[in-house]
Parts: sequence; C-alpha cells; structure tokens
Amino acid sequence: MTRFVAGRIGFYTLIAVLLAFFTIPLLWLATAPFTSDPTYEVRMPDFTFENFQMIIDHPYALWSLVNSLVLAVGTAVLVVVLSALAAYALSRVRLPGRDALLYALLLLSSIITGTAAMVPLFQLAIELGLIDSQTGLILILSGGLLPAAIFMIKDFMDSTPKSYEESARVFGASPLQIVRHVVVPLVRPGLATIAVWTVANVWGNFLMPFLLLSDVEKQPAAVIMYTLYTEGGQANLKVLSTFGLLYSVPVVLMYLFVSKKYGFRFHGGIKR
Amino acid sequence: MAQATSPPEVRDDAPARRYSVDAAGLGRLRAGAFVAPALALITVFLVFPALWVIYLGLMNYRLTGVEAVNPKMVGADNFIKAISDSAFWDSTWLTFQFVLGSAVIGQVVLGFSIAWMLRDRRGTLKSVVEGLVILAWILPGAVVAFLWVALLDRDSGTLNALLGIPGFPWLLDHPMLSIIIFNTWRGTAFSMMLYGAALGNVPPSHLESARLAGASGWQQLRDVVFPHIRGHILTNLLLISLWTFNDFSPFLLTAGGPDGKSEVLAVHVYKVALQGGDLGYGAAISTVILLINLVVAVFYLRLLRSKK
Repeated sequence: MTRFVAGRIGFYTLIAVLLAFFTIPLLWLATAPFTSDPTYEVRMPDFTFENFQMIIDHPYALWSLVNSLVLAVGTAVLVVVLSALAAYALSRVRLPGRDALLYALLLLSSIITGTAAMVPLFQLAIELGLIDSQTGLILILSGGLLPAAIFMIKDFMDSTPKSYEESARVFGASPLQIVRHVVVPLVRPGLATIAVWTVANVWGNFLMPFLLLSDVEKQPAAVIMYTLYTEGGQANLKVLSTFGLLYSVPVVLMYLFVSKKYGFRFHGGIKR
Repeated sequence: MAQATSPPEVRDDAPARRYSVDAAGLGRLRAGAFVAPALALITVFLVFPALWVIYLGLMNYRLTGVEAVNPKMVGADNFIKAISDSAFWDSTWLTFQFVLGSAVIGQVVLGFSIAWMLRDRRGTLKSVVEGLVILAWILPGAVVAFLWVALLDRDSGTLNALLGIPGFPWLLDHPMLSIIIFNTWRGTAFSMMLYGAALGNVPPSHLESARLAGASGWQQLRDVVFPHIRGHILTNLLLISLWTFNDFSPFLLTAGGPDGKSEVLAVHVYKVALQGGDLGYGAAISTVILLINLVVAVFYLRLLRSKK
C-alpha cells in the first residue's frame, strides 16, 4: 500500500515538473500581449488591447503576415497539384524505373535540407534573378517539399480502388477528367493532409526567406519576428509579444482543426 | 498540360490485361507528362543544388571581389582548409554535443517517458500534457526562440526569477546547455507521439503475464516493451538525429555566439559562406553535411525496407 502511494506521489510530481517545463516558456506569450507595459517578466496582465493597435500602425507587421500567407498558400497549391498528378501517374502506371525513382525521391528529400543546400540555393537564386522574388521562393520551397508530398499522397492513391476509374473510362472520360472527378474526391483527406503539412512547413520556415528575401516589404512574419528582436536598440516588447501571438494563432487553429477532423496520425515513412 | 500534344497510345494486344495495370487508361506518355512538372521542380531546386554544392566546393567562389566574377578551380583546397581549420572541428564537436544532448538523450528519453507514463490514461490529464508538448512543437520557430530569449533574460527573465539568481547570463555563460534544453523542449512532441503509437502495439497480455510473474517496472520495460518497439526506437533515433543535425534554430537563439561557443555546423556554414562571403569554403562544409545526411538516410531506408 505504501508503495502504491509512493508511486502515485512520484507520478504526479513528475507530471507536475513536466507541465511546468512545457508551460513556463509559453506563459510570456499568453500574458505580455495583454499587458500595458510588458517586460520580460511574466506578470498578471491588465487586459489591455492597446498593443494590438501598435501592430496595426506598424509599417511591416501586418504585411508580413500577408506575405506569410501568400508564400504558404502559393506553395501549398503548387505542391498539392503537382504531387497529386505525379503520385497518381506513379501509382497507376508502371513507368520504367518507377521504384528506383521513388526510392531516390525519398532519399533526396531527407538529405538535401535547407542547411545543406543554403549555399547553392543562394547562388542559384542570384543566377536566376530570384532574389527578392516571392514566386522564386515559392518554387524553391515547393521543390524541397514535393518528394515527401509525392510519397505521402502515393500511399493514399495506392489504397483507393481502381474500379471507379475503369467505369469512368468505359463511359468515355478523359484521363484529366478521371483525375478531377473520380480520383480527387477519393483522396481528398490525403490532399488536405498535404495542404496542411505544406502550409505548416512554410508558415514556420525562417531560413529560406531569411536568405532569399532582403526587401523588408516582401519578408514573411518569421523574418520580421527575428528582425524585431535582433535589430539595434531596445526591443519593443509591446510589438514583439503581440506580433508573436498573432503569428502563432493560425498554426494553433490549424492544428486544432486537423486533430479534430482527421485525428493526428503519422503519415508517410513513419507509419507501419 | 503537355499531355494534350502527346500522340494517342498504341493499343496493346491484350486490353483486358492492360486495364488492370492502367485503370484510367493514362498510358506511359501521359503518365510521364503527369510526373514531369513535379520532377522538373525537384530537379532544378533540389537535385541540381545538391550536385552543384560539390562543384562549388572545388572552386574559390566568393560573394564579392575578383573571385566572384572569375572563380577558379582550386581542387580539394577547401576541404584541406576545413580539415586543418580548428573552427571547423570545434563546430563539428558542438554539433555532436547538440545532437547527442538534445535529440538522442533529451527528446528520446523525455518523449518515451511521457508516452510510458500516460500509456493507460485517458481524459484531461493526458490531453493537457500532450497538448502542451505538441504546442511547443507546432509554434513557429522564430516565436519560440524569442520566448526562450525572454525566459533566459539575465535581469528580468522568468527562469532567474524562479531560481532566485537575478543577473545570471544563461545565453552567455552556458550557450550550449541553453540550446540543448531549448531543442529538447521544442522537439519532444515527435518522439512522444511515435512512442505513444508504438506502445499501443505492445500486446497487453504480454505485459499482464510479466506482471503476474512478478516482473518489476524496469524488467517489464526491458523484457517485454523494448523488444516490441526496437524498430520504432531506431527509426526515431535516426530521424531526429538527422533533423537536429540540420536544425538552424540555434541561430535564432544565440546566433552561434558568444565567440562561436554555440556555432553548430548549420550556423557555421551560414556564417562562413553568407556572412563571411566565402561561398567556396562554405560549399565544402555543406558537402560534408550532405555526406553525413546521406549515411544516416541510407541507414534509415534500409531499415524501412527490411521491415517490409
């Protein structure tokens, strides 16, 4: 009995320590935006909304969120469309060298990271005139995300029955029509997964826009956030805390939406 | 779409057999056209840079100056320079500490412990703990980095206030410890979820019989649980080591400082190549990173294949 009690006490102590470890760094983000004169200290907020006014007046803050959205949505559309087409063809037609290609794609996507490729990508962007181009950045980000996306979506395609496509074909539908009207509705959860995964990736990406976008009017929120706390002089904590919160809320909402709708599970290489 | 111009597929003698292989009647040419745009982007922005980095590493390319316009082939000079440069070895050693401390020890141990402690639980406690761990993982990197700057601030940071040691400069005196704990906090969610799923696959009857046979908690872990999830542990170790090795977020917290004391390879490349302008030398270090990634990834893919 004492052993049981000691076990319970030990369990809840550990849980309390864990909760503290994971909560304490987040407290500042929850309190500072609503405090009229925030410092680094975590204090009970006085629930002011003045700080949000400062964000509206800030020359780059709101625009950078729009830029983040443009980059995220642009990349997501490109990745979803191109990976769906490629995965469909790879799933249905035995192209020569298909398995080797898929193996190579999986290998590439895991080894060529932003860190390993930052020098040549920077160089390439200069040569192609893609510095300070949001379109260029979207293309570069898509190139990096496509292999894993193809791999994930091909899993969905492989598990859908082919009989619908056969009937559609008997009734004379063209391949593109079949993809649009038969295949896409069947793999919609897979496409949604890829879209959310891409948006989350691009929304948080710091390195690539930091390297390739020097025009402050084109920079996304990740870069502006960094600039706000590293630029000379005293960091403006009113702007920083509020901006950090606004920049974080969309990911949290997206996560809640996804875990509610689909459950939060592993896809791709990790599943068994 | 290019497939409009592709000639009609030549019919095979056995259309019935073809149907089952190619249900939508795509044909190889059109299938190729479906794959082509994705492949083009991947080739230009992923494969080509990876090959080009090797070539760049053999040149004396610089961001500005004579070498920017007229780079010369210098052979293995950049690699020899790296091997004889103590800054490169210091950075490699720091990277090793970072991967070992925050991924292999921090995230794996913490992630597994949380999954193990919460394995039979349902309800609020479990969702609150898991929700917070996942929150640390999904928030944007630039935001969480700043949250840790605030937490570790020497004068009014929360950590010093809690410990009662105002004025202790964590990021200056212990930059490596700071980024290791930061990355543990940031990345534990992945390991926690992976082990949570893995523990669900351990047959409860095996655990039950071990308990009845009088096995202690540790013995149950060692003899029943670990043999079942060995594959997951290996997968987990390889993936998070790879990610941590390539993680650029230490830059957001310490920018490699003070004095390069937390300059892991990812940050080192940035400083040498893009701040210092020595693109050729930076490319040589990138090549080394790429090779290490390749070794880890090949291990991982072999593991996946052997499972199938």
